[in-house]
Amino acid sequence: MPARRRAAVTIIAIGVALLAFPFVDRNNAQIDFMANAGAFILLALGLNIVVGFAGLLDLGYAAFFAIGSYSYAMLASQQFGIHIPFWVMLFVASGIAAIFGILLGAPTLRLRGDYLAIVTLGFGEIVPQTFLNLEKYTNGPNGISSLDQPSLFGKAFGFSATPYYYVTLVLIALGIVVASNLQNSRLGRAWMAIREDELAARHMGINTTAAKLSAFALGASFSGLAGVVYAAKLNLVSPDEFQFNVSVLVLSMLVLGGMGNIAGVIIGSFVLSFINSFLLPQSTSLAHAAGLVNLDFTNYRFMLYGVILVLMMLFRPEGLIPSRQRKAEFHEALSDPTLAAQEQAEYSGAAAAP
Amino acid sequence: MEIFFQQVVNGLSLGGIYALIALGYTMVYGIIELINFAHGDVYTLGTFFSLAILSAIGVSGEVHGPALIGIVALAVLSAMLLCGVTGVLIERLAYRRLRNAPRLAPLITAIGMSFILENVMQLWRGPSPVPFPQVIPNPSASFGGVVVSAKQVLVVGLAVVMMAALQVFIYNTKLGKAMRATAQDRDAAQLMGININTTIALTFLIGSALAGAAGFVSGVYYGTTWFFNGFEAGLKAFTAAVLGGIGNVAGAMLGGFLIGLVEAVATQYIPGGAQWSNVVVFSVLVLVLIFRPSGLLGESLPEKV
Repeated sequence: MPARRRAAVTIIAIGVALLAFPFVDRNNAQIDFMANAGAFILLALGLNIVVGFAGLLDLGYAAFFAIGSYSYAMLASQQFGIHIPFWVMLFVASGIAAIFGILLGAPTLRLRGDYLAIVTLGFGEIVPQTFLNLEKYTNGPNGISSLDQPSLFGKAFGFSATPYYYVTLVLIALGIVVASNLQNSRLGRAWMAIREDELAARHMGINTTAAKLSAFALGASFSGLAGVVYAAKLNLVSPDEFQFNVSVLVLSMLVLGGMGNIAGVIIGSFVLSFINSFLLPQSTSLAHAAGLVNLDFTNYRFMLYGVILVLMMLFRPEGLIPSRQRKAEFHEALSDPTLAAQEQAEYSGAAAAP
Repeated sequence: MEIFFQQVVNGLSLGGIYALIALGYTMVYGIIELINFAHGDVYTLGTFFSLAILSAIGVSGEVHGPALIGIVALAVLSAMLLCGVTGVLIERLAYRRLRNAPRLAPLITAIGMSFILENVMQLWRGPSPVPFPQVIPNPSASFGGVVVSAKQVLVVGLAVVMMAALQVFIYNTKLGKAMRATAQDRDAAQLMGININTTIALTFLIGSALAGAAGFVSGVYYGTTWFFNGFEAGLKAFTAAVLGGIGNVAGAMLGGFLIGLVEAVATQYIPGGAQWSNVVVFSVLVLVLIFRPSGLLGESLPEKV
């Protein structure tokens, strides 16, 4: 199978390149960027489960990111004198985030798509506000600082971004394996059925309650992981890191790359992180060099997200690298003969292959 | 008890603004089943538009006598007109193409439009709060310790007048009938010779114009605004629309006043007050949607297959 071999070679090549990256590029700022981008890829992978697979538009995803980060900050710092090791916290925080995923997901089960979006948005506002207001436990607007340093085999991570980079790399690899296995599992198919027609899915005997709740829980657990790594690396959590625009940023990553497609989501999220951290500051310094001192493109990054959301939805709603099902959904396969033929060909090809 | 009634008065004036914004949400949702996320930002644009008009005619402080009426009318009407046009443009550019797309697609463009509008306003007036001239003299009267100011009367009065006018328009004119027909069944309405595109554009025009009026009123009431103002106000107004029963004009008004009251009373009586008011309002939203998703005045519809 040459196609499969080519894919395997590509994956190994990318993997080796990513592993070697910190040795080739010794600039800490760039490794730091890669680690941050990695945290956002984790978030995007998690949101993809909820929005891309199950079709539940969650506009408050940053809430789970906040819960993951604050779990680490409260359970691994001087704040309460509790010092759970970083590696254990990865499991604990993703568990806590998953529990909150269920708690916040449960009330939305009966709601239709757009109402669900607004309620999740409400939760996205309530959670950071609660962290802000519970000053006794969270230090309010100042946030919690000097969190515990992770260490591996007795060696502390220190201020270098490299160990965090490798941790996120491993987590992303795990995330990809988990997400792609989920996608092809019974549960994944149930999610897709719900996304396409909830009523029909229920009538086919799918337990929609369990399927939706597991989407919320699994999606949230990814952001719990991302929250722990992000908080430990930054050594600080504060409520303003988890505002609505973080939720929209992650959603834009999905929309750009292609909802429901793991490769698309990763690329979309990397591209947006790159634009944010390199392209906008670079164009700002170019503009400054050209004498436009008042122009600062980084202030208008949200304009960019807005433009991406609008243009993508209008002209290529399935994203840059779409999943086949999504493409069919947006272009209505049944009325589009070429797409239907393609689908048919791929289906019979797949059936004949084994 | 005086404190309570004072908060009721404050809540009603707050609610008047929410109610005006909620009307736009409810009308648009009623006709194309879209949560027009950019609507809150159109409201903020209304404040900035009326501010621009006021500075263009050189008004920067209190105005007295007959000139006051003229200036207020000019500011309100031009803000309404400009916002109305903005709303129509948004619908044309961002929503019309997606009318038959999966439901979440236009919602995502709406979020995109909201971000774009916010950034345009940030480009225009900068990231910090902008003062709004105190055009209206603000005498206040005290009723047994409860203070009612002229501004509060203006807010509530304007809201009620606009809503009455809207109600008359929807139920007693041909265009209003076309709107109701389109909301009920778009295809059937089209077969009856109603121009769907014009009707939907008209809905956006009216809804956004009301947001423009709310924008002027909030400028006068708070004396300041900033580019991000519409996000929170929009969310609260949407909550109001849902609380009243989305798609229902009278419901939006009721919901708006109720949300204003809840917010004012929560600010007063919950320890820690103002910090928690948003949490309270959003909790109301969640509770309403769980227990009575069709709102207070809405009728529940069976799920369409």
